[in-house]
Amino acid sequence: MTAVATTGAVSPRNGARSGLVVSRSYQGATWVGAGGVAGVALLAALPLFASQGFVTNLVNLLILVAIATMWNALAGYVGLVSVGQQLYIGTGAYIVLVLAQNGVGAFAGLGLAIVGSALLAIPASWLVFRLSGAYFAIATWVLSQVAMLFVERFTSLGGGTGAPVPGLDVFGPGKLLEYTYWAALGVAVLSVISVYLLLRSRLGLVLTAVRDNEVGARSVGAHVLAAKRVVYVLAAAGCAGAGAVIAISTLDVEPNNVFSVQWTAYMLFAVLIGGIGTIEGPVIGAVAFFVLQQVLAQYNAWYLIVLGCVAMAMAIWARRGVWGLLATRLRLELFPVGYRVRLEERSTKKAGGT
Amino acid sequence: MTYANALVQGLLLGGLFALFACGLSLMFGVMEVINLAHGDIAVAAAYLAVVLVPLTHIPAVWIFVLVVPAFMVGGYFGQRLLIQRSLDEGPVTTLLVTFGLSVVLENVLLEVFTGNDQSLNIGSLVSGSFSVRGVILPYLSIMILGAALVALAAVQFFLSRTKTGRMVRAVADDREAAQLVGADYRHLFGIAAALASGTVALAGLALSMYTTVNPNTGPSYLLYGFAAVVIGGLGSLWGTLLGGMVLGVAMTMGSLVDPDFGAMLPYLVFLAVLAFRPRGLFPKKAIA
Repeated sequence: MTAVATTGAVSPRNGARSGLVVSRSYQGATWVGAGGVAGVALLAALPLFASQGFVTNLVNLLILVAIATMWNALAGYVGLVSVGQQLYIGTGAYIVLVLAQNGVGAFAGLGLAIVGSALLAIPASWLVFRLSGAYFAIATWVLSQVAMLFVERFTSLGGGTGAPVPGLDVFGPGKLLEYTYWAALGVAVLSVISVYLLLRSRLGLVLTAVRDNEVGARSVGAHVLAAKRVVYVLAAAGCAGAGAVIAISTLDVEPNNVFSVQWTAYMLFAVLIGGIGTIEGPVIGAVAFFVLQQVLAQYNAWYLIVLGCVAMAMAIWARRGVWGLLATRLRLELFPVGYRVRLEERSTKKAGGT
Repeated sequence: MTYANALVQGLLLGGLFALFACGLSLMFGVMEVINLAHGDIAVAAAYLAVVLVPLTHIPAVWIFVLVVPAFMVGGYFGQRLLIQRSLDEGPVTTLLVTFGLSVVLENVLLEVFTGNDQSLNIGSLVSGSFSVRGVILPYLSIMILGAALVALAAVQFFLSRTKTGRMVRAVADDREAAQLVGADYRHLFGIAAALASGTVALAGLALSMYTTVNPNTGPSYLLYGFAAVVIGGLGSLWGTLLGGMVLGVAMTMGSLVDPDFGAMLPYLVFLAVLAFRPRGLFPKKAIA
């Protein structure tokens, strides 16, 4: 968590002699980082004073933040539009279930679900990366369908109706909610931070290059395929973490729920509303989606219809989403992932340009 | 005999899958669009028929006379007003928009008609059959395969023999060059979308006669239709029919093991083709 604050303040001073300073940081980055840490700390302390109903709602919001962030890493940076990320929500949930049935604690199972699903994603990527664009999208969907039909064949896992996660009653109901909440918070925060660190790394340069122009990135020798694979595996891990939290918070694993394409609808709408291709967008989109979901809850499925229409309209007319519009207006960037060039004050030469 | 029966039922079922795949193949061949709402459009057509049959007293078998033209008009305007706009923004946007459309359609159907199963009642035709040497041939399955053959032949004829059809192909091959000689690609894309929408509406009607549909039925038939396109080889209309038949046989043969395996085997065949023969079993020679 502190990584946000410390790396945000680093400003490598290349080219100081020419009077130009290239920096990834910006004025006030330290404060934003500190604010982020304080915000997460506040969220972590929340179950100590907030009502149970509110905390339960927040668990769902944090799950949405995690999966939206992961979907954005795929679609927003490396152009992989997956409609099958529910595959990893499902594998995460089922790994927790299988381990719990064999006596492993559900929260220990969460960690293994993340690792296990990331490992599964490697051979899966070999298969789906043979296709691109829409074909990739549908192949990911088919994979998740196959996985669902496969786990339904095991009667020990409850077949088509699913099974409860055993061993969760050792915690009292209040404690279980607290632990679930912290697990959800951990998965959400780790998702955001891992995408941030990825973008700050050398690979991040490839990712932003691919986002802006894939052919251009290839032509200067960027390892585009390797970058895509890394992001695909990371997204699998994040979604599996979310799936494990879903299994724990709903107390049971139903194949039709965890492998539902509805999850893809949620992440896609959240990202489109918030703004694709930024770190902040999916987080803001998830909050907006969640608020609309709560406000329109009494109108059954109409909230999805309204959100679907809004998301379609934004995809066509406001591609950069709510965050994109705000960021350009206010010149904001909370996560310092870009580069800034400015004139060094001490320089004697007057060099122009930004 | 059981195997011979399953093989024949599978081949006939291929007609239904091909009917779903026809529009997908056409849309991809002409404008490189995969409409993720394809299956839901079929289901919407089935629901329209369920509403129209008692209203108009037209027999369910003939209701396509109203439903298919309605969906062709809908397809044309859907293309002009929504898909084309997203196409102008790039291929990723088209995927996002058609996926959004799929979710919206599904939930509108859910709100208006509830999640209950519906089907088109075609009376005794649904169970009627005759048998040749112990192999059962249901009338309905033969009718659906016949409809698929007619639809594929009609699309093929339109694309290769009519002036508009040739212009659609010209736009698909080289848009700029076609525009230079006066082709309005937006209008032509609209026509292709109208054909795709009409054939998939027919597929939806066939599906709701063959089995029951509910608002969540759409996606799995999008996937089967898509698998038929990939197995058959991208952009080849008759390959699509063969692809559909491969899927149909996989489904009926798998069902001999157990029904759930029948739903899974077509997907496994699709993934196997993807892994080992990514260009499909019957790669295209001529443009669709």
